[in-house]
Amino acid sequence: MGATHLPSTEFDGTDVDDQLEAEAALGEPPVEMVQLLGPDGKLGTDAMFSEYAERLDAEKLRGFYADMTAIRRFDQEATALQRQGQLALWVPLTGQEAAQIGSGRASQPQDYIFPTYREHGVALTRNVDLAELLRQFRGISNGGWNPKDTNFHLYTLVLAAQTPHAVGYAMGIQRDQRLAEANGMAESGAAEPKAAVMVYFGDGASSEGDVHESMVFASSYKAPVVFFCQNNHWAISVPTAVQTRIPLSNRAKGYGFPGIRVDGNDVIAVHAVTEWALEHARQGNGPVLIEAFTYRVGAHTTADDPTKYRASSEEAMWRAKDPLERLEKYLRSEDMADDAFFKQVAADGDELAAYIRKSTYDSETPDIRTAFANTYVEAHPLVAEELAWFEEYTAGFAGEDTAEGAGH
Amino acid sequence: MTTMTIAKAINEGLRATLSNNPKTLLMGEDIGPLGGVYRVTDGLIGEFGADRVVDTPLAESGIVGTAIGLALRGYVPVCEIQFDGFVFPGFNQITTQLAKMHSRSNGNLTVPVVIRIPYGGGIGSIEHHSESPEALFAHTAGLRIITPSNPHDAYWMIQQAVDCQDPVIVFEPKRRYWLKGEVDTATAGLAEDPFKAHVVREGSDATVVVYGPLVPVALAAANAAAEDGRSIEVIDLRSISPIDFDTIEASVKKTGRLIVSHEAPTFGGIGGEIAARIGERAFHSLEAPVIRVGGFHMPYPVAKVEEDYLPDIDRILEALDRAFSY
Repeated sequence: MGATHLPSTEFDGTDVDDQLEAEAALGEPPVEMVQLLGPDGKLGTDAMFSEYAERLDAEKLRGFYADMTAIRRFDQEATALQRQGQLALWVPLTGQEAAQIGSGRASQPQDYIFPTYREHGVALTRNVDLAELLRQFRGISNGGWNPKDTNFHLYTLVLAAQTPHAVGYAMGIQRDQRLAEANGMAESGAAEPKAAVMVYFGDGASSEGDVHESMVFASSYKAPVVFFCQNNHWAISVPTAVQTRIPLSNRAKGYGFPGIRVDGNDVIAVHAVTEWALEHARQGNGPVLIEAFTYRVGAHTTADDPTKYRASSEEAMWRAKDPLERLEKYLRSEDMADDAFFKQVAADGDELAAYIRKSTYDSETPDIRTAFANTYVEAHPLVAEELAWFEEYTAGFAGEDTAEGAGH
Repeated sequence: MTTMTIAKAINEGLRATLSNNPKTLLMGEDIGPLGGVYRVTDGLIGEFGADRVVDTPLAESGIVGTAIGLALRGYVPVCEIQFDGFVFPGFNQITTQLAKMHSRSNGNLTVPVVIRIPYGGGIGSIEHHSESPEALFAHTAGLRIITPSNPHDAYWMIQQAVDCQDPVIVFEPKRRYWLKGEVDTATAGLAEDPFKAHVVREGSDATVVVYGPLVPVALAAANAAAEDGRSIEVIDLRSISPIDFDTIEASVKKTGRLIVSHEAPTFGGIGGEIAARIGERAFHSLEAPVIRVGGFHMPYPVAKVEEDYLPDIDRILEALDRAFSY
């Protein structure tokens, strides 16, 4: 591979091969896309980011491959569980493994991550129990894990609503650091490692006002936050061209901070760019926007039917850029992994799937009393009154044959 | 005891909470060197610095949204929304995010954000500057809503809102910002429950429930009714969510008649909720239906006719006449 900054831009139609034509029609210089590992499995070079790739040893790269395989297998299993009626809905990520594993693995434990709702791969990198992640989709929790355990926030379903939360959290980090400096903790060696925040959203959510407001706040206060946009080309049925007429990464210019487009199917490049961006933020240099250029190979959710709005040829074109295949090619060509490794990774995936399946079947339905308990932190007379009524009402069903007759 | 206005009392309350809790910070539009459009934060940026008195971009969703993030990091942000009618760009963040965070995290996360909103009319202002949207928030579980009517409550309730682990919206009666009163700054004030109603005038023939800007109006109406030989009990609700129904119920069981008055439109409002609950709790004590005195079902009218819209002494007296006619 020669040039590593591939020209790319948005396109008018649904044919992704129109990229170059559309870009020419704009009459502007093409936006460069950082790519290190091409679809052919060959590693290119990049003036800025190659040094990050060079730090990745064979073990790290095998780890990326294992993560991507695991999360794809998890995705398949969750889809199957939805088809069997075990989940109300599933939001598949297939195709976006490199964008999520690469960026998630670039984060450090002290960083805090705000996902949207498709970031199962990032959840894996933050050690979220993937069985807990399914609780939301089974209808037994609105957030199955404790974000304080992993610094991975709950999924947010109101699009982009988490973006100002991320900026606020980053403003808190700034204040913590300034307080620590004022207290002389930095000198005494008691200082916490510097932290940043990363917030995920998509090309569709990029149109929400909260993204704009967040970028204004982040820029004004130079908050340590990385905006990680996965441009997967489809907001349910609407193509990116309806959300933006310029590459999304270019929007950062308008706010006054760096924007980078990266090949979102290249785990090495995504990791490199995100490592750089998070460190840029941690060191007090302000926010960064990363646009990971990727593709949602499957449906938006299990309730969606992509055949109604896009051509299968487009999907095929993106399948040829598969993030797992290109890394497998690279690992094999460099003798970094052998058949035994790939066999083991596949077996581990099956084991994960079995665990997910069993955990889902075994999961307990919650009691609505927990909803009464968690509406407020402090005692609330109306909640207490309604709970008391509920207890009395359900007690009236005591002794009836139908255990479920109690209304919960 | 110190005499001060409601605006000054909130200012002093904020000063106290900034001094007592290093994690408290204020954020909003023009709250820094200007001190807010009503000067409620006057002088605070000089004392506590720009990290704790934050002039924000002009973006209400961003203000509330970043406050949520700061709260997740352990801070206690107090947001100022400049005017009642401008809270709606932040409505999504307040109702879908702030109100639900504790519940949807199964109790793992708390977001003790305080949102201050100057509300209500009677100031002759232009569109969107005179509204009373409290019922829209009261309908959302997870939020607490309080509204002081006097300087003493203003001083303490803002501090109690900051201390509360739940999100609290403080509706400030903007036309009473310059109302003066005695403030007891001795810490005994903290012992008063901000979510309990106060009987501010005792009476035996009818009860008038009001809050915020209408408390002085109801007291004046009660004085006028006394000249006609009617003994009116006036309750300052203080908390709109939760509502202290026990205090109202006890009063109604004594008086047998209930008027609820607020500037907000009556349809779907707080008065209707009180009427329904008291109907259930004190049906046999009621001598007359619960009567509401409030705004009409229309967008807040232009300033030159707002006197016809706002409940006043005569409209409360007219409602009392109706209550006594049953």
